[in-house]
Amino acid sequence: MRPFRYARADDVTGAVALLAESPDGAFLGGGTNLVDLMKLDVATPDLLVDVRRLTSDQVEELPDGGIRIGAATPNSDLAAHPLVRSRYPVLSQALLSGASGQLRNLATAGGNLLQRTRCVYFQNVTTPCNKREPGTGCPAIDGHHRELAILGASPECVATHPSDFAVALVALDATVHTEGPDGGRRIPITELHRLPGGEPHRDTVLAHGELITAIEVPPLAFATRSRYRKVRDRASYAFALVSVAAAVDMTDGIVRDVRIALGGVAPKPWRASRAEELLRGGPAREDRFRAAAEAELAEAVPLPGNAFKVPLARNTLTRTLLDLVDGPA
Amino acid sequence: MDAEVSLRVDGTDHRVTVDTRTTLLDALRERLGNTSPKKGCDHGQCGACTILLEGRRVNSCLALAVAHDGAEIVTAAGLAPDGELHPMQRCFIQYDAFQCGYCTPGQVVSAVAMLREAEAGWPSAVTLDGVAAGDGSRARLDADEIRERMSGNLCRCAAYANIVPAIEELARR
Repeated sequence: MRPFRYARADDVTGAVALLAESPDGAFLGGGTNLVDLMKLDVATPDLLVDVRRLTSDQVEELPDGGIRIGAATPNSDLAAHPLVRSRYPVLSQALLSGASGQLRNLATAGGNLLQRTRCVYFQNVTTPCNKREPGTGCPAIDGHHRELAILGASPECVATHPSDFAVALVALDATVHTEGPDGGRRIPITELHRLPGGEPHRDTVLAHGELITAIEVPPLAFATRSRYRKVRDRASYAFALVSVAAAVDMTDGIVRDVRIALGGVAPKPWRASRAEELLRGGPAREDRFRAAAEAELAEAVPLPGNAFKVPLARNTLTRTLLDLVDGPA
Repeated sequence: MDAEVSLRVDGTDHRVTVDTRTTLLDALRERLGNTSPKKGCDHGQCGACTILLEGRRVNSCLALAVAHDGAEIVTAAGLAPDGELHPMQRCFIQYDAFQCGYCTPGQVVSAVAMLREAEAGWPSAVTLDGVAAGDGSRARLDADEIRERMSGNLCRCAAYANIVPAIEELARR
């Protein structure tokens, strides 16, 4: 690991100012991804600004019935929180399907959103990678890409975003609050992560030194009927091949409203807007669910090693919606 | 770059100067001579380095010592003060829940913390219905629950067939 300076600030403003002076510095939260990447020499910050004690580590109820999640809230506390479990079960399930008990105790909500791809070439400094070192090429496209993207990729990068939590937040239209050198802003979670295009090294729209301080989840009454379904190579403690976060509002067999996001298939959590549009106002039937899933995946561009993800995503989405409309309210 | 940190480990206070790159695992093993937490993968994937940090199980290989100045730490050795074994350690012996033993300190610490998490009503990925219920009552731990909640601890001898019953034994009491 490269040598680095470690610093704390008295508050968020101080932390942002410290990092603004260090173009190669980074914020340190729980460290579960960053410290690992530093050991691998993938991340080489010369300064770590510890922000774990600077933002809230609590979940608050908002007057409108939504919740505000402090960026430093450990994943484990968040998953177990009564408000999250009762109002947004999809969020708890997504968090609990990721990592291990030990990692969830260290990892923070803000850090979870900023974790890097687990593409094997990104994590291996002896191979080229456009995300790690722009302009060096992408060996995954002709190499090992079984876990990688079928939607939203570019000729420069086919990495997938690894977070489960972010997929559920995208389905729920959450908002990310940040503080940066130019002040604070609110970013819809659907716009936080970006598609690679020609700049795969930029995972998000955040500027250098911009810190996530909180995540707000708006009220959504029918999210009490929501679910996260994750398909992976092991029963536990593995990243998603395909995952689905969904919530359905159904009355008399008709889908009044629906929220769907897919994980493990794209460089960012994939909001399935096209499928949602096709389902709204129609009957809650398996053939309709399957057709909506197929429409969402119509633009998939699979590689030879991950073509299985297209039918897997279709079937997982169909099954998740069926579970939601067949299951108890 | 060096930093001075205070750590309370298994009931004893230490003050030690570490490079900022030093993890809690390396501080414990190399600086304080506590070799109870083991270095397996050193990347947060195997769980052999599991300790209790402020009462919670974490991978000590991913926690920088400098970021945990003043922390209270318990290792597997600290679960047996004065040689009196913790009930979980006794269950592991009773069920022969190991072969080479390298992962065992991490397994034991993780299992102790996991029982506390269940006691506090924390759900797991296999508690699907319980997630929505969220009533905070104690989670019932069958073998499926134990396997899920212990999935962060690998045993390359594959002693799981005895580890799960060992933990079930204590969970029943």
